[in-house]
Amino acid sequence: MTTIETPAPQPSGALSSGNRLLTLASRYGTFVAFLALILFNVAVTPNFLSLQTLNVNLTQVATIVIVATGMTLVIATGGIDLSVGSLMAIAGALAPMIFMGQFFPVESMALAVALAFLLPVVVAALFGLFNGFLVTRFSIQPIIATLVLFIAGRGIAQVMTNGNLQVFKNEGFQFIALGRIAGIPAQVVLMIVIGAAAWAMIRYTVIGRQIIAVGGNEKAAHLTGIPVKRVKLFVYMISGALAGVAGLIVVARNSASDANLVGLGMELDAIAAVAVGGTLLSGGRANIVGTVLGAFVIQLVRYTLLANGVPDAAALIVKAGLIVTAVFIQQRAGRH
Amino acid sequence: MQTILRLFLVKNAGDLARLGVILALAGLILFGALRYDNFLSPYNILSFLRYNSMFALIALGMAFVIMTGGIDLSVGGTAAMASVVAALLSPYHWAAGLVCGMAAGLAVGALNGFIITRMRIQPFIATLATMLAAYGTGLLLADNQSVSVSYDSGFTVIGQDDFLGFPIPAWIALAAYVLGWLVLEKLPIGRHILAIGDGEATAGLMGLKVERALAGVYLASGTLAGLAGVTLASQFGAGQPTEGVGWELFAIASVVVGGTLLSGGSGSIGATLAGALLLAMVFNILNFENGLGWISLSAYWQSVIRGSFLLVVVVLQAKLMARHRST
Repeated sequence: MTTIETPAPQPSGALSSGNRLLTLASRYGTFVAFLALILFNVAVTPNFLSLQTLNVNLTQVATIVIVATGMTLVIATGGIDLSVGSLMAIAGALAPMIFMGQFFPVESMALAVALAFLLPVVVAALFGLFNGFLVTRFSIQPIIATLVLFIAGRGIAQVMTNGNLQVFKNEGFQFIALGRIAGIPAQVVLMIVIGAAAWAMIRYTVIGRQIIAVGGNEKAAHLTGIPVKRVKLFVYMISGALAGVAGLIVVARNSASDANLVGLGMELDAIAAVAVGGTLLSGGRANIVGTVLGAFVIQLVRYTLLANGVPDAAALIVKAGLIVTAVFIQQRAGRH
Repeated sequence: MQTILRLFLVKNAGDLARLGVILALAGLILFGALRYDNFLSPYNILSFLRYNSMFALIALGMAFVIMTGGIDLSVGGTAAMASVVAALLSPYHWAAGLVCGMAAGLAVGALNGFIITRMRIQPFIATLATMLAAYGTGLLLADNQSVSVSYDSGFTVIGQDDFLGFPIPAWIALAAYVLGWLVLEKLPIGRHILAIGDGEATAGLMGLKVERALAGVYLASGTLAGLAGVTLASQFGAGQPTEGVGWELFAIASVVVGGTLLSGGSGSIGATLAGALLLAMVFNILNFENGLGWISLSAYWQSVIRGSFLLVVVVLQAKLMARHRST
């Protein structure tokens, strides 16, 4: 959507102080919201400062952060990925089928578990690549290109499992969700590694700069010799792969895979985390730290409301208000 | 000159796509009629129309939104909330359920219009947020359960009865489509909507009231989603706060399959109806095919097939556009 902006003449003093406030809000708003939520909980929610509360929140936020990291990269190029929830379902359906021997006989459990980690993520990455292919080859708007797999992807997962719940118990595979590395839940470690890798990539690597450039001005990026199509293919592939990882964590955590439910609504949580975290939805910016904070804010809001007896439904309304406010502040601040 | 040329050619591509959807629909009906005994039975046709009317209503609103270059993701949540509101008020009078259900939809549409035109937030994000809010409100009002409608006030007539041998929901949808066609083809506002989709800034410079027209399409989309929610509650005897998941995507798919370009600036009401019917018929055919007993495709194939349909159509659309652009 293009709009013509004509800067209205305003008293300079009023403009600059309002301006500064917006800039401050956009830069530190998420962090302030995060701190405020913690302080509020410390004061109001019983037993907030306990290891268990920390654990619950960290393990629940991990999948949002992982998916939202991929989403940040896609949005940075000016795209969007609606298919992440469905890709989670596909990966979540595939993994148990592999180690339960539904595709090929399991000779060694170690090998089967390794494949159960690897293959679903590769498949999800390939589906992501397919998204990227639609976007780059046919110039289909990302929202529609990924809508195809949003609809069909969950169907594929349901057809594979015939819609049945797959229940399993497999210590090796479930390490990804139930295991601990140096006392820290494995999925939290994974979240930190993935977030840090994406942050470093954006900051220090050529491809990271190229992602930003493509989102900032695609034509200019193309003219300066950046392989625009390859960059886009890359971000959709990463987004797919990370959705696959998140799908594995969810089914491992539940000891069960339900293609109807795994990753349902995750695209909204991920997009909300990115928006709240300060990445402009129009592209050209990728604030990974912000996204992580955004995911934490969303998780904390949900936790705060739940822990204080506010119905889940009201939490949805609060989340809606949060998204609109965050985007509004980002856009206003970005415009000046 | 170039803009006019492009506009003309794009419209041509859209026209081709629209012809395609009508041919595809005719082909699918022919296929069904030849292959299955009861496909053209009055029972199948009437229940098909009765059940799919609410989806057609939502697709109509979505078509207008997409013509302006926007999108409305809130329709599913709005329909769910409206079904709850209608069910809660149905004991007082059937009209109370109907009017208040639609008003609930109108309210979401107004909120969308406000966020998009006043706060200048992209339609995609604005309606994503209101979708969450609508679901939340519906769940709160319904106390997380489905709400039974009143069977005494005549409210269920709206969704379940016939008028002149034709399901009432189908009459409602038909009336809405005729009205929609009139608005798009015969009223100035129709031209304005298309002009905005073609270039919002240009439309503004031409002196068109862009914000008013934009707010108008979201109001219409919300109200139609409200009407769909009323139909849902009346047809199934309950307001269902968790229904409507994925309806927005079904509607978008119908509009796209109907040849309306997602970039806005072009569109057809008739082809949108054809698109909605086409996607719905895929499910109908699937049911019949299973009935034959040769194959047993689970209902889960439905979304795979719908997704594939959408894929084929958007790729064809993109190819047509590209060809016209390069010549």
